[in-house]
Amino acid sequence: MRTAPTTSRRGLTSRWGRIAVGAAVVAVAAMLPLLAIDIPGVLPGPTYTPGTLTVLAYAMLIAALALSYHLIFGVAGMLSFGHAMFFAAGAYGLGIVLRLLAPTGIPSEAVFLLAIVITLVIALVLGNLVGALALRVSGISFAMVTLAIAQAMNVMIRRNVGGLTGGEEGVTLTVDVVPDWLVGVVNTRNLYWLALAILVGVYLACAWVERSRLGHVVAAARENELRVTVLGLRPYLVRLFLFSTAAVLAAVAGMGFMLLQSSATPRISTSDFTLTLLVIVVLGGVGYRWGAIVGGIVYTLLDQRLAALASSDAIAGLPDVLRIPLSEPLFILGMLFVLVVMFAPGGIVGLAHRVTRRRGGSRDAREPAVLQDMEA
Amino acid sequence: MTTVLLLLITGVGLGALYFLVASGLSLIYGLMGVLNFAHGSFLTLAGFLGWEVGRRVGDGSWAGLLVGMLVGLVVGALVAAITELVFIRALYERHIEQVLVTVGLGLASVALFEGIWGTDPIQIRLPEWLGQTTDVLGANIPNDRWLLIGSAALVLVLIVLFLQRTSYGLVIRAGVENRTMVTALGIDVRRAFTVVFAIGGAAAGLGGVLASVYYGQVGAHQGTSLLIYAFIVTVIGGLGSLSGAAIASVLVAVIQQFANFYLGGTGDLAVVLALAAVLLVRPTGLMGKVTH
Repeated sequence: MRTAPTTSRRGLTSRWGRIAVGAAVVAVAAMLPLLAIDIPGVLPGPTYTPGTLTVLAYAMLIAALALSYHLIFGVAGMLSFGHAMFFAAGAYGLGIVLRLLAPTGIPSEAVFLLAIVITLVIALVLGNLVGALALRVSGISFAMVTLAIAQAMNVMIRRNVGGLTGGEEGVTLTVDVVPDWLVGVVNTRNLYWLALAILVGVYLACAWVERSRLGHVVAAARENELRVTVLGLRPYLVRLFLFSTAAVLAAVAGMGFMLLQSSATPRISTSDFTLTLLVIVVLGGVGYRWGAIVGGIVYTLLDQRLAALASSDAIAGLPDVLRIPLSEPLFILGMLFVLVVMFAPGGIVGLAHRVTRRRGGSRDAREPAVLQDMEA
Repeated sequence: MTTVLLLLITGVGLGALYFLVASGLSLIYGLMGVLNFAHGSFLTLAGFLGWEVGRRVGDGSWAGLLVGMLVGLVVGALVAAITELVFIRALYERHIEQVLVTVGLGLASVALFEGIWGTDPIQIRLPEWLGQTTDVLGANIPNDRWLLIGSAALVLVLIVLFLQRTSYGLVIRAGVENRTMVTALGIDVRRAFTVVFAIGGAAAGLGGVLASVYYGQVGAHQGTSLLIYAFIVTVIGGLGSLSGAAIASVLVAVIQQFANFYLGGTGDLAVVLALAAVLLVRPTGLMGKVTH
């Protein structure tokens, strides 16, 4: 789609500006393991310590996962309740394939690469299968079909079907076939950089998909499906492509999670985990790519700090009426989410936009449209 | 044969439980286009409060159980009505936000329940008769199934009577068919919203107490896990259809029981496959025609 020359030039400068800001943010994030920045109350310790780096890396992987969810919810306007299953497919897939391939005698580097490729293929196939079925219906029915499939997946993982998933214990990483530089507390900073690379990669992939023709068709189908159909385009196929892309990106984040945590438990495949993603995306700001990232990092850090707060003496001394709600991080986050939905529909990024008044008209117009879509 | 009969009646009993949750969901969706993710929390809260009151009246006695069921009904109705008035009404006609608010409430309330009553389910005491079995053509049916089936049938009859015989019921039925028309005729549909939420909440509340009878325990996650099956039931039955919900509840629960017994514990998978099959053949569900 061509825009008028004047707007494209202006868009270009602001675009370069945005790229510069993004590059600066990434550069600062990449430097963190080499610095000793201590933010009491936000981070558990100075930034070079493995504990803090693990928390930050986890936050970035969740942000990457939220970005992939943004593709489905924010761009296509589809409310999926099953996105966690693709994250779980990535984490479990990598763990299981590594374990199965480890005794075959193939060189460990080859095993590692092969496992990654196989996991990606599994995620792609799974994404296409689930998408092909769920996209037959739209709106709330779509939400429920994805929920039902994810639930079945969760039950199978818990039940340890085929002896692969390890039931409640989960799957642990087969360390022998993982490259040395990704193993152990000493190498936490490498895992941190890996997580950062995954986040940047997922961001670029999302930006690319959103700006492609396909992204425009999906967004158009969100706004007015009938018109897109009348134009001779088929929303089903582009949505399916977007859905499976998001599935693969979620699996990439899942693989990062597996390498970071060295294990995967059924928790990451529950519907609650998907609901957390929904909370993150809405908290950050629906329809904004940055919203998913900001939401993911803010949510993870809040979750961490609220849990630390819950076990602190200040809370333990309070009467029951205050102590019980305050010692449940999910209660506080849930209520915060309700407040954001009711009073700040644009989320954190939306608020920031409103405050700075640096408003791109198209962005502001996009946000409410996402939310209205399901009525169709 | 006796096994088949046992599975069948047990399945209908479980289906009764699903129906108590799904009926409210389906009515609320049919009228308002809201998928209520907080419905499971109504159920859990009613289950806990019903148990708390019931055991004070008489732990393990019939009086305690009946008072508990009554408390469950009232708590469910009240909490649901308050939810509608405070949270849903403020977001009138903004369906996605309404769903999101109920999602937030569902997450937050489960966390709160865990804080108050702990993360592990609490075993409860029941009247002795409910723990025994009745011989039906050679099959030993646990007696609590009769209580479940009877209660759900009563709720079904009451809701149908309410919908067919009262003026509010008329407004609700008309609203499910065509809400714009009802509003155009000068009827304030919003009051019907609160009523539907209260009815759905009451059914779920009763379901909460009966779920504790069925499982022999109350727990913070009971509502959430039942809610997922209730969602599946409403989709299979057709969103907005009460009779669809009733038929699908029994169907889903019976399929689940049979698959669990004959196909090595694959009940949940069978339910999802049933859902997939229904969607492939009839995307609107068995009895569904309402689209919002």
